[in-house]
Amino acid sequence: MRALTWHGKHDVRMDTVPDPEILNPRDCIIKVTSTAICGSDLHLYDSFIPGMVPGDILGHEFMGEVVEVGSGNSQLKKGQRVVVPFVIACGSCFHCGKQQFSACENSNTADTADIGEVAYGSQMSGLFGYSHMTGGYAGGQAEYVRVPYSDVGPLVIPDGLEDDKVLFLSDILPTGWMAAENCQIEQGDTVAVWGCGPVGLFAIQSAFLQGAHRVIAIDHYPGRLALAAGMGAEILNYHDVKVREALMEMTGGIGPDACIDAVGLEAHGFTPDNVIDAVKAATRTGTDRPHVLREVLMACRPGGRVSVPGVYGGFMDKFPVGAMMEKGLQIKTGQTHVQKYLRPLLEMIGEGKIDTTFLISHRLPLEEAPEGYRMFKEEQNDCTKVVLKAN
Amino acid sequence: MSKSEEHIADALKSDAPLTAAKHQRDIAKPIAESRDWNEAALAGRTVTINKPRQELYAFWRDFQNLSTFMENVESVTPGDGDTSHWVIKSPFGTVEWDSILTEDVPGELLAWESAPGADIKNAGRIEFRDNSAGRGTEVTAIIAYDPPGGDIGKLIAKLFQKEPKIQARRELRRFKQLMETGEISTAKSNSADKRP
Repeated sequence: MRALTWHGKHDVRMDTVPDPEILNPRDCIIKVTSTAICGSDLHLYDSFIPGMVPGDILGHEFMGEVVEVGSGNSQLKKGQRVVVPFVIACGSCFHCGKQQFSACENSNTADTADIGEVAYGSQMSGLFGYSHMTGGYAGGQAEYVRVPYSDVGPLVIPDGLEDDKVLFLSDILPTGWMAAENCQIEQGDTVAVWGCGPVGLFAIQSAFLQGAHRVIAIDHYPGRLALAAGMGAEILNYHDVKVREALMEMTGGIGPDACIDAVGLEAHGFTPDNVIDAVKAATRTGTDRPHVLREVLMACRPGGRVSVPGVYGGFMDKFPVGAMMEKGLQIKTGQTHVQKYLRPLLEMIGEGKIDTTFLISHRLPLEEAPEGYRMFKEEQNDCTKVVLKAN
Repeated sequence: MSKSEEHIADALKSDAPLTAAKHQRDIAKPIAESRDWNEAALAGRTVTINKPRQELYAFWRDFQNLSTFMENVESVTPGDGDTSHWVIKSPFGTVEWDSILTEDVPGELLAWESAPGADIKNAGRIEFRDNSAGRGTEVTAIIAYDPPGGDIGKLIAKLFQKEPKIQARRELRRFKQLMETGEISTAKSNSADKRP
């Protein structure tokens, strides 16, 4: 089959690789119809995530048709159309029982689980196409993909809902939704969202649906800010305004009640701290470029809530730990517990309450995936989301 | 009081198991002395498994099951009485020994010790305890062995990722996966790596 494989920094290629096969009874094989490039794929593209091996198949946002079902899976049938969560979860461990699916204790492999234990103090769950730290599972930017524990994750899609409307249930829609939920939004709240990429845009939409009074969106691409404004957000272009001062002035001198960091470890911009971080990252004397996280902690009102859906991978310095403690902030983070949100969000899509297609800027055949990566990386103003069509 | 006894007494003032104590070399000394080993290396690891302890004990007690989740164990063959014959892949080639079951409390614990003449002298126990909050069974494996080639042997084993501490942690993960999900998580596409 054809698949998008990683070979190093800014080097992804379409390769012919062996078809996946059923390895375990609860597996299934999906024939991919639509798959997307995620902002977090760019962290792999930019070589920021450890544990990648040349030849790894990328992609964790995908959907398609079930073409083979393992002997231990009584939930799925051949021919069904499913969306697959990017988080692999067994459904039977303590964390799955608490619906904390991205902390699944069994879906990473016994050997690769060591990496998270050393780097983070605890192992991580398995994820599709996201380094060997999360299991080294082949991803979905391919014609076919093996889905482990497929009696737990995949969501069957009713006829009549086209791919583009439901594809983002695999990651960015639940991720934006959980980012807003982690803000524990109360009546009258102003929520500030850093980053108007796909997750930030869904976080803005979700924050309004969860009762936010106002949302203020921060980015530097006019195209992306326009999409945010279209969702009803007030916008700040950090090229032109001082973000912290603007937020204070716009909230009557109090600060936002909740702040969402939908940027993560590769912040743009030329603030002094970010330039130093960029130099350190480039010379491998540092890992993350957490300018946004610093700004979020400084900007949030005392007693406010901070939500971090943006991906971080390593360590940071100049962490405003005083602001974190003295202001009594609540911080919620994490990879999304996708399985928990699938059904309610599918229902809202069906009822037309959530618009899931407004951010798609490009639809390309899978074969043109490398060009999709290049555009998503280099033309961020106009290229907001790339959907790849396979088979 | 010897240095070893001092470290053990100090560590026991905390409520942690001795495998989590500092000064492991001193902590393990009495194990080596009581068995006439050159030295003892100690490895311990606990996992919580979301299954009743009787079920976990029963699976483990059928020693032939162990090779389904222990990657380095080629086979375990039950012999006469309380003995079983183990064949293991190690950085030093295949090693074999007879193991004697020294304790067997159904649903609670199993302990074993290598018979005289073993390639790698070893002793171990596995304990199954109900989690006090009802979160399943806490399974603790403790392995003591006389490391072949001493510190250098341990280092070589570590380089090959077959040091018992690394092995114990991965094997307990696979045991948990198999018991909780019915299968062992794998991302390998090589069909030779298929597991039950």
